[in-house]
Amino acid sequence: MTAPAPGQALRRALGAAFGGAMNLLEAPMRLAQAKLRGGRIGWVFVVPNLSVFGLFTFLPILIDLVYAATGGNQLFPAQRPYVGTANFRALLACRNYLDPNTCTRDLFWHGVYNTAEFVVLQVGFMVGLSLVTALALNRPGRGRGFFRAVFFYPVLLSPVVVALIWKWVLQRYGVLNALLSALGLAPHDWLLNATTAFFWSVFVSIWAHMGFYTLILLAGLQAIPRDVYEAAAMDATPPWRRFRRITLPLLMPSLLVVLVLALIRAVQIFDEVYVLTGGGPGTSTTFLVQFIYQTGFAQQVREYGMAAAASLLLAGVLMALTVLQLRLARPKS
Amino acid sequence: MSGLVGMLTARRGRLARDWTDWASLAYLLLGVLVMFLPVLWLFASSLKSDQALNAFPPTFLPWEPAQVAVPGQPGHLPLMQVTAGPLAGRRLAELRHIGLMAQMLDPARPGRVLPIPVRDLRPVLRLHASWSNFTDLVRRFNFFGYFWNSVLITTLATLITLLINSMAAFALSKYRFAGRDAVFALMLATLMVPPTIVLVPNFLIAARLDLVNSIWGVIWPGVATPTGVFLLRQYMLTIPDDLIEAARMDNASEWRIYWRIVLPLSAPALAVLAIFSVMWRWNDFLWPMVVLNRSSVFTLPLALFSFQGDLQTQWHYLLAMTVLTLLPVTVIFLFLQRSITQGIASAGVK
Amino acid sequence: MLRLLDVGKTYGTVSVMRDVSFDVAAGEFIVFVGPSGCGKSTLLRMICGLETVTAGRIEIDGKLANDIPAASRGLALVFQSYALYPHMTVRQNMAFGLENLRTPKPEIERRVAEAARMLRLENLLARRPTQLSGGQRQRVAIGRAIVREPRIFLFDEPLSNLDAELRVEMRAELAQLHRRLATTMIYVTHDQVEAMTMADRIVVLRAGAVEQVGAPLELYNRPANRFVAGFIGSPRMNFLDGHVTASEAGWTTVEIAGVGPIRARGTLRTGTQASLGIRPEHVATVPAGAEGTVNLVRGQVASIEQLGSASFVRLADPALNLQIPGQTDVRFGDEIVVSLPPEHVHLFDDQGAAQPRP
Repeated sequence: MTAPAPGQALRRALGAAFGGAMNLLEAPMRLAQAKLRGGRIGWVFVVPNLSVFGLFTFLPILIDLVYAATGGNQLFPAQRPYVGTANFRALLACRNYLDPNTCTRDLFWHGVYNTAEFVVLQVGFMVGLSLVTALALNRPGRGRGFFRAVFFYPVLLSPVVVALIWKWVLQRYGVLNALLSALGLAPHDWLLNATTAFFWSVFVSIWAHMGFYTLILLAGLQAIPRDVYEAAAMDATPPWRRFRRITLPLLMPSLLVVLVLALIRAVQIFDEVYVLTGGGPGTSTTFLVQFIYQTGFAQQVREYGMAAAASLLLAGVLMALTVLQLRLARPKS
Repeated sequence: MSGLVGMLTARRGRLARDWTDWASLAYLLLGVLVMFLPVLWLFASSLKSDQALNAFPPTFLPWEPAQVAVPGQPGHLPLMQVTAGPLAGRRLAELRHIGLMAQMLDPARPGRVLPIPVRDLRPVLRLHASWSNFTDLVRRFNFFGYFWNSVLITTLATLITLLINSMAAFALSKYRFAGRDAVFALMLATLMVPPTIVLVPNFLIAARLDLVNSIWGVIWPGVATPTGVFLLRQYMLTIPDDLIEAARMDNASEWRIYWRIVLPLSAPALAVLAIFSVMWRWNDFLWPMVVLNRSSVFTLPLALFSFQGDLQTQWHYLLAMTVLTLLPVTVIFLFLQRSITQGIASAGVK
Repeated sequence: MLRLLDVGKTYGTVSVMRDVSFDVAAGEFIVFVGPSGCGKSTLLRMICGLETVTAGRIEIDGKLANDIPAASRGLALVFQSYALYPHMTVRQNMAFGLENLRTPKPEIERRVAEAARMLRLENLLARRPTQLSGGQRQRVAIGRAIVREPRIFLFDEPLSNLDAELRVEMRAELAQLHRRLATTMIYVTHDQVEAMTMADRIVVLRAGAVEQVGAPLELYNRPANRFVAGFIGSPRMNFLDGHVTASEAGWTTVEIAGVGPIRARGTLRTGTQASLGIRPEHVATVPAGAEGTVNLVRGQVASIEQLGSASFVRLADPALNLQIPGQTDVRFGDEIVVSLPPEHVHLFDDQGAAQPRP
């Protein structure tokens, strides 16, 4: 008998552990199977998942409604006074809707406007860049795997890590300013100026996420059959026309999926920007989710009701986007 | 414009190389610079001492002023190069400087103090990787504690996610029971409820279940993922029902059919979900920040975030910790790059 | 051994199987045959326990089995797709069922080894199904059934995924296996040649009902109705439709439009619609001038297939196929006369039921 290779031994041990663990459930599952005839045993398999969903998704939506309709700063709903629509009215009270500073909850409206601006810029540029990158990657040549990996790598990084990487690059004495000085340009306090801080928020979040969308678009491009292009070549189709009339229409399903996914994620922007700028300077990079987080958890007096009300408004937007996604994802009949 | 057009439209399968190939290559190389240089810069910076970090303009490699031990003097003295005067070319240790004159010592003959004008001196630089950034981090801060919390949460959450999502997917793809379609629709509907929406109520529930400041408080809310159920169900639909009936004829219980037949055959889909789950969990930020507020249970991203508040001036530790946080992900990615990108691409198309 | 009594199945309001009754004796090789969609696979799966029975009784060894779960019926099924577990080796595939029964390890080893020997799989035990040829997979699927030592083997179109040559070979192997194991086997196929060559008895099914049960030659020689007559036998039986002009003393005359009166054994009411059937090998050519024989039919040769050992001639108007032993000098376009020997002519009434020949 020769000793098995360590890798094999490990695999075998893991397999045995897995089998042992699974066998523990054999007896109760047999019992359930004897009690539930036919397909009803399926319920037993669904219940764990469904209970987690129930506890942490369905029940919370109901609680959200309760919170949104109650005031005070108590956590437990029973101790909270009913206020009706006061939270919503407070959130939506503005003398001039175009000027957040005239609103009762000016931070909320700053969040709304910043988020809207962010969504338009980030999604627009990111989807465009992802498309260009996917097209560039979808060509023959060495090292495509390497390029693909490099573009995808930031997707794997924690938003905190992403923010710190860029904070380090952008700081007053950072490498970007050093490069600018070397070129004879003036250095900037990038994150201390409202306009540049917003620009870098958009830039950094594109940097962090575009690899994911590039990958999906690349898969979409590679799913386009080659004979379509060969037929186009036989018809002497010029390049721009080939892109407009063949690549783009055939890529459209993937492009729509990417667009909606990116929209849903952009509306919820928080992590990397919060670490990068803390929402500042002032309120220039404060977004909706940060408003929810701050109102509910980070201020002295936690206003759960206000946070829940803002969550529900955000949920409305997301629901519309998700319905849009399901519409688009469904194959056309 | 036409250049962009050509680049956009060229694609695989062409034999002749033309300038659009070069344009796309140039674009990709530029992309590599933008995507990867900041990370590289982080790695390089993390090896610099606090002193070297403060140098402006910064250098890529960790150059720092050399120091030298001089007999008879306590500690180390900065080492200087003399650039002019009778002693030009000599390297001397600086004892102190008063006004525009420095008092220098020759390390070889420390007996005599040499006065030299400050403008004739330049610090001697040497390459010094400041590994102490990392060792201090491990020694002075509870780095391994945070690391362990992150590993534990990621591992447990992923295992539970795989288990309960695959169970549900199995039932939804292989059994017919009253209410099955309703259950499936309900699960899909939760796609519309991202964690940000239910932040406040989930905190209440976590508090009620005594899960605040417990890793289970981080784990439980996210283990039932509609994405996971959907992904696995679609895959399991492709497993022939004959196999399940054969196993049934083979006296396998339904549970055994699940884990001996369906689970191994779903391995590719499980791998994709595992990748997603590890990614979500390792990088999760907002929810852990809400539910964990004692530093002993912090995950790496949380610790990193709280450090950047506390250690604002101590970039050397902050950078080292950032590197340690992204290192595991990077190593895994180096090894599994192909399967990760392909797995995600295949899941994304559906 | 196995008894079906008025077995039926309905999905909602749709009835897919009704009043199926027959007995299977121990050690018998029974073949269910019928065109696709006739319910033969459903019937097999009901016997297995993979489909529920909504009417009637299925008894195994005298015990009602309707509600016994599939695994506990002591049957083994070989699937059309083989349904081999792709992630297990051949050995693991065969052992899986016994492991589920917590059979002791040495016993599993013994049975797998024996089955592997019987099916010549010894050298393939460590392989995965994807590394096997179609025939080898087929044998593994059978091996998986054998190790269970079932009371009844059930086969669901097991040869339909094999090429023609391999199919003939596997047919012989299955027959041999049946002789060796002497276990009851139930075999589903849509191929009447398989049914004829392998079965002790055949159950002919159509549209969820049994048309006839009997030994192969019994079905061939005495089909109960027009459907069985047409389904069993290759080349197919010829049919001629007409109406009864006379019926007396066990003989019936049927007037066929464009052909004339044809006499057959059997009794039918005068004036009713009837059809006549005759197998191509029974249609005899009549040499020119040999008049006086009954049931003469004149027709023009529309096609000839010479196989060397036999010749197939097709007449047009009336459409009639002839099988002539050996070779023939009949040519395309010739007008020839054939006779339909009365003792070989089957008579069916207007419902298609065969009339008994006295």
